[in-house]
Amino acid sequence: MELYSNPKNVGSLDEKDENVGTSVVGAPSCGDVIKLQIKVDEEGKISDAKFKTFGCGAAIASSALITDWVQGKTLSEAKKIKNQDVAEYLSLPPVKAHCSVLAEEAIEKAIENYLSKKGEETCKK
Amino acid sequence: MNVYMDYQATTPCDKRVVDEMLPYFTEKFGNPHSGHALGLRANEGVEIARKKIADLIHANDPREIVFTSGATESNNLAIKGAVHYYKSDRKKIITSAIEHKCVLETCRSLQSEGYEVVFVPVLSNGIVDMDFLQREIDDNTILVSIMTVNNEIGTIQPIKEISKICREHGVLFHTDAAQAVGKVEVDVADVDLMSISGHKIYGPKGVGALYVRIKPRIRLTPLFSGGGQERGVRSGTLAVPLCVGLGKACEIAKNEMHQEAERLTEMKNHFIGKILSRLEKVYLNGDREKRIPGCLNFSFEGVEGESIMLGMPEVCVSSGSACTSASLEPSYVLKALSIREDLAHCSLRIGLGRFTTFEEVEYVSDKIIETVTRLRSMSPLW
Repeated sequence: MELYSNPKNVGSLDEKDENVGTSVVGAPSCGDVIKLQIKVDEEGKISDAKFKTFGCGAAIASSALITDWVQGKTLSEAKKIKNQDVAEYLSLPPVKAHCSVLAEEAIEKAIENYLSKKGEETCKK
Repeated sequence: MNVYMDYQATTPCDKRVVDEMLPYFTEKFGNPHSGHALGLRANEGVEIARKKIADLIHANDPREIVFTSGATESNNLAIKGAVHYYKSDRKKIITSAIEHKCVLETCRSLQSEGYEVVFVPVLSNGIVDMDFLQREIDDNTILVSIMTVNNEIGTIQPIKEISKICREHGVLFHTDAAQAVGKVEVDVADVDLMSISGHKIYGPKGVGALYVRIKPRIRLTPLFSGGGQERGVRSGTLAVPLCVGLGKACEIAKNEMHQEAERLTEMKNHFIGKILSRLEKVYLNGDREKRIPGCLNFSFEGVEGESIMLGMPEVCVSSGSACTSASLEPSYVLKALSIREDLAHCSLRIGLGRFTTFEEVEYVSDKIIETVTRLRSMSPLW
């Protein structure tokens, strides 16, 4: 509840920054959309994470929690965060489990986006 | 402090209703079907109540009122009862896409018995498509069941016109008037069967009534087997205190309905004006004019309905997004209006009623504006 009322990490990062990975998951017609962004430092650790979420309280809390957890983690550590951990931490009822699934998906996609940006750059070089 | 603005879900019992009911739990406890003095006293209470209900809906004969356990039972009894009784001649039932679940599910259960069910769509303003109804109704139709007032968006259906079409084809007309009785004038001259609920009109939960026309007499196959009470249509000992409560609620509604509607209209207009002037991209769902004053349904673009509710936990309103239910589907009523699917997730129903004050209207509208603004600032769609 606290994560819904006073969520940390609301906002956005510069999408064009090469160190920022962005993902948008979910669909407005389904009632949930999470936009999640991570910033990765030279050591390969996540130095910042921000989100904007359209959805119920559980979706907002899941986004807030997962952006908090990934801070300071390496990409492979961040990938290990599972929706079950989020659901358990927030005591989400089964009908809300999809909110945590969406948050996990958002992190994965943001990492993918970051890596593909980096990949493209390597090619250019 | 909680602020209650969910009068379509239920209403608090009016104190005057409770006072009228209390003696029937203790000193007037008799079984109304018993022939002795105490039975007669209980029966007297029931019959006075029956008369008050008949008066409110302009029924000529109190015997046309059958007590039930609520609108769900009334709707089941009306639809299943009529269809099963008249089944040999005709096979088709017509209802609307925005009926209450208990009507839709009753029709679906008849569908599985082999009857043909047609769900009439509604226009984007939440009023049934009359041309569609006109096209579908035929000599094979047993019954048309269309609600008087919708429970989610508060729109009022053109009952007189529907009635005319039904009469032209000799088709029975049932209306679920649970949200209409006591809020707007209803007249059973237009229908053959009408469902009424107690707890939507400041009466107790657990009681309702069904109007069943006597001239010409409409026959129903009962849902329950038993002692044949309520003229053989609804067996079971009457819940006397609840019946008395429903009667009193109808009496109060008859006396105060028009004054109350005026007060609610003023509050509603203020509410709508304030929300629409202070927030962009808010849509009022359902026809602007053809609606009861106590029911508002808004879609706030960019924010999900349930998250708004969570943002103002002391305010008791209802969200059209069914994210809490297992289906995760947005309201089928809003979907039937063909509004954008994302907007169906962004809706809030606000119900004003007898005990709503202007201070509460100010408080809740302020809270909504504040919460929607905050949630929009964190929405990726805004």
